Amino acid sequence: MSNRFESVDVVRKGLREVDYLADDGIAGIAYLADRLDKPVLIEGPAGTGKTQLAKSVAEMLGARLIRLQCYEGLDESKALYEWNYKKQLLRIQTEREEDTDWDEIQEDIFSNEFLLTRPLLEAIRAEDPVVLLIDEVDRVEVETEALLLEILSDYQVSIPELGTLEARQIPLVFLTSNNTRELSEALKRRCLFLHLDYPDMEREKEIVLTKVPDITENLADQVARIVRSIRQLELKKAPSVSETIDWARTLILLGIDQVTEQDAIETANVLLKYRSDIDKAIKEFSSNANAHFEAPVGS
Amino acid sequence: MTDTEEVKLQDSPLFNLLEGFVTELRTAGLPVSLVENIDAAQAVRHIPIEDRDAFKYALAATLVKNNAHWRTFETLFEVYFSLRGSEYALDPDGDNPFGDNADDQEGQEGPQGEGGEGGGQGLSPEELAELLYQALMKGDSALMRALAKQAVKRYAGMEPGRPVGGTYYLYRTLRNLDLEGMLERLMDQSRDEAGEDQSSLDQRLERDEYEHRIDELRKEIEAEIRRRLVADRGAEAMAKTLRKPLPEDVDFMHASRDEMANLRRAIYPLTRKLAVRLARKRRHGRKGPLDFRNTVRHSLSYGGVPAEPKFRHPKPSKPEIIVIADISGSVAAFARFTLHLVYAISGQFSKVRAFVFIDGLDEVTSFFEGVDDIAEAVHRVNTEADVVWVDGHSDYGHAFEVFWENFGNEVGPKSTVLVLGDARNNYHASQAWIMKEIQHRARKLFWLNPEPKAYWNTGDSIVGEYAAHCDGCFEVRNLRQLEGFVDNLV
Repeated sequence: MSNRFESVDVVRKGLREVDYLADDGIAGIAYLADRLDKPVLIEGPAGTGKTQLAKSVAEMLGARLIRLQCYEGLDESKALYEWNYKKQLLRIQTEREEDTDWDEIQEDIFSNEFLLTRPLLEAIRAEDPVVLLIDEVDRVEVETEALLLEILSDYQVSIPELGTLEARQIPLVFLTSNNTRELSEALKRRCLFLHLDYPDMEREKEIVLTKVPDITENLADQVARIVRSIRQLELKKAPSVSETIDWARTLILLGIDQVTEQDAIETANVLLKYRSDIDKAIKEFSSNANAHFEAPVGS
Repeated sequence: MTDTEEVKLQDSPLFNLLEGFVTELRTAGLPVSLVENIDAAQAVRHIPIEDRDAFKYALAATLVKNNAHWRTFETLFEVYFSLRGSEYALDPDGDNPFGDNADDQEGQEGPQGEGGEGGGQGLSPEELAELLYQALMKGDSALMRALAKQAVKRYAGMEPGRPVGGTYYLYRTLRNLDLEGMLERLMDQSRDEAGEDQSSLDQRLERDEYEHRIDELRKEIEAEIRRRLVADRGAEAMAKTLRKPLPEDVDFMHASRDEMANLRRAIYPLTRKLAVRLARKRRHGRKGPLDFRNTVRHSLSYGGVPAEPKFRHPKPSKPEIIVIADISGSVAAFARFTLHLVYAISGQFSKVRAFVFIDGLDEVTSFFEGVDDIAEAVHRVNTEADVVWVDGHSDYGHAFEVFWENFGNEVGPKSTVLVLGDARNNYHASQAWIMKEIQHRARKLFWLNPEPKAYWNTGDSIVGEYAAHCDGCFEVRNLRQLEGFVDNLV
């Protein structure tokens, strides 16, 4: 059992210091992950700070972040380890002149010296504190997922020629998923599960306040409220937290300190990325009572 | 393992509770494995039960691995753990879970031990309403919680052992509180305060804010009622009455309004998931024919030996889809979801044509063309399509006749035809020969029936007569089955 954190509260405060506003759930799970030595699987809509959480935890602990970006076609030579075959070839060639035994060479070329570590192996072999981030794990095929299982449950990697390499220390592991496919039961079972949804209004306001330095309290409040109302509509893609921040920055750049309908309509394209969504939002917000302006033509 | 056992001895009530809780989760359909159960037991050692939110999240993190199951989890958690934690104690005296009823209230009001409940006791209904109004105005959640307790105590009229569900008490409480009127009053107030210069945007935001607060209040009231019911009946019995199907298992034909809203929300991520999966399948299917050029080019690095044969990427032909959907009342929801799903993944097909009918038939393909928002198009189908011929009762026979006459020629060897409906024909002629003709001409003909299989061919259902000519006839009652079918279709 590792004891990086003393209590849930310490996690929350620590994250706040590196500008990540964690709610009870997030801080509690980070704390549990440390206590139970379990990886955390973070799932949720795009742009809610899944990857950022791993980064912030690393920053808070002063640990090195090792990142494995997943993609279709990822295999063990890119995720776990690879033999440095060029070096092995060179080695064989230099041996050829001398008269060495084949067994000896074989022993020799499959040793640590010729092993290239890839992110997963590197994370468990590291001497310094590390945080391992396996990003967008839903992008790999189901079969490739199996590569991760050994490392996630036992923190070890088995290499046929070398034997089993065990972890020097147990790193904190975060996996993120955009939920484009169901992950396998085996993977889910090994992880703590955290669903990161859009923050509630109060938290979003605070996030805007920390991430957009020049913003007034009043404007941040208004921004958070408008975004909450927009998210209640049935949209193709609801605005993410990062889009909220972008929008707040846009408003600051335009020198707006009180959002009117006109401002909201003109800058809606920062917040929403589909024409139909923008139209819907404009319709929704201008159909109320005494609205006497025209929606801009542009669809 | 020894760790958990050790703790079990230390603190057995909690572990018994946890065990019951996990059993109940499994009964509700959540797949909780043994390992996860052990994890949960270990997790609760690190998180004190007094920190309720953290405790809840800790359990959720170990037991619930799918966000769609969160609501089920949350409700059950409330039921099982609602009586733990001091601030959630029902009454200071503790004996009578139903507190005082309105009648005997005045008489026995003693000194109140609990600060949070504050001056809630002994108020007249007007005063209670006024306090509630103030609390909503300020968004004071502590006061709101106390008032919710009061309101339930006063208005729900709960009696021990009475065999009615929580919704009955909820209705009684809410009727007395008149939250609609409260909302209007709040809106009037804010309008007065802001004066003339309040824009419609501000108004809208204010309304959303108050609606949000009232929603919170309603949840508090619900939770309070649930707490009292649990105290009366025990957690297991309560959990049983609350058992609800998971969103993917909700029956299309019997979904309540709430469940419908949930389904609609579930369909966006589902279509996205399907689209990604199908696109991937397409790319990763079998290999195509040998790519000679590419093989020779690669052979150069092996000294001219074609050691690594290269293959072309296969381009499987995309099927053309023709959907014929019954949109009469009983099966409308089903047709809506299927149309939505098919159009959302229309990229996987070379062409999609849609026809809807009740007793007349109309083509609605144009509604979907160049439309960004599928939900909107589906809505238009339901309101604008011209589908009534005589009396607006399903007549499959006539609808098929019209289809065959006008569009029969469009069905070709590339088209896959989907018929959606329960085949309840109101005893009209079946015209099953048209199905036979279509099957003859089309690549595949499938029938999707939203009714449970046990009801097929009972009463006026003649699905068997049609199914005889179909390549497949499937029961599609919920999202899970629909997803499975579409997945196999491509």
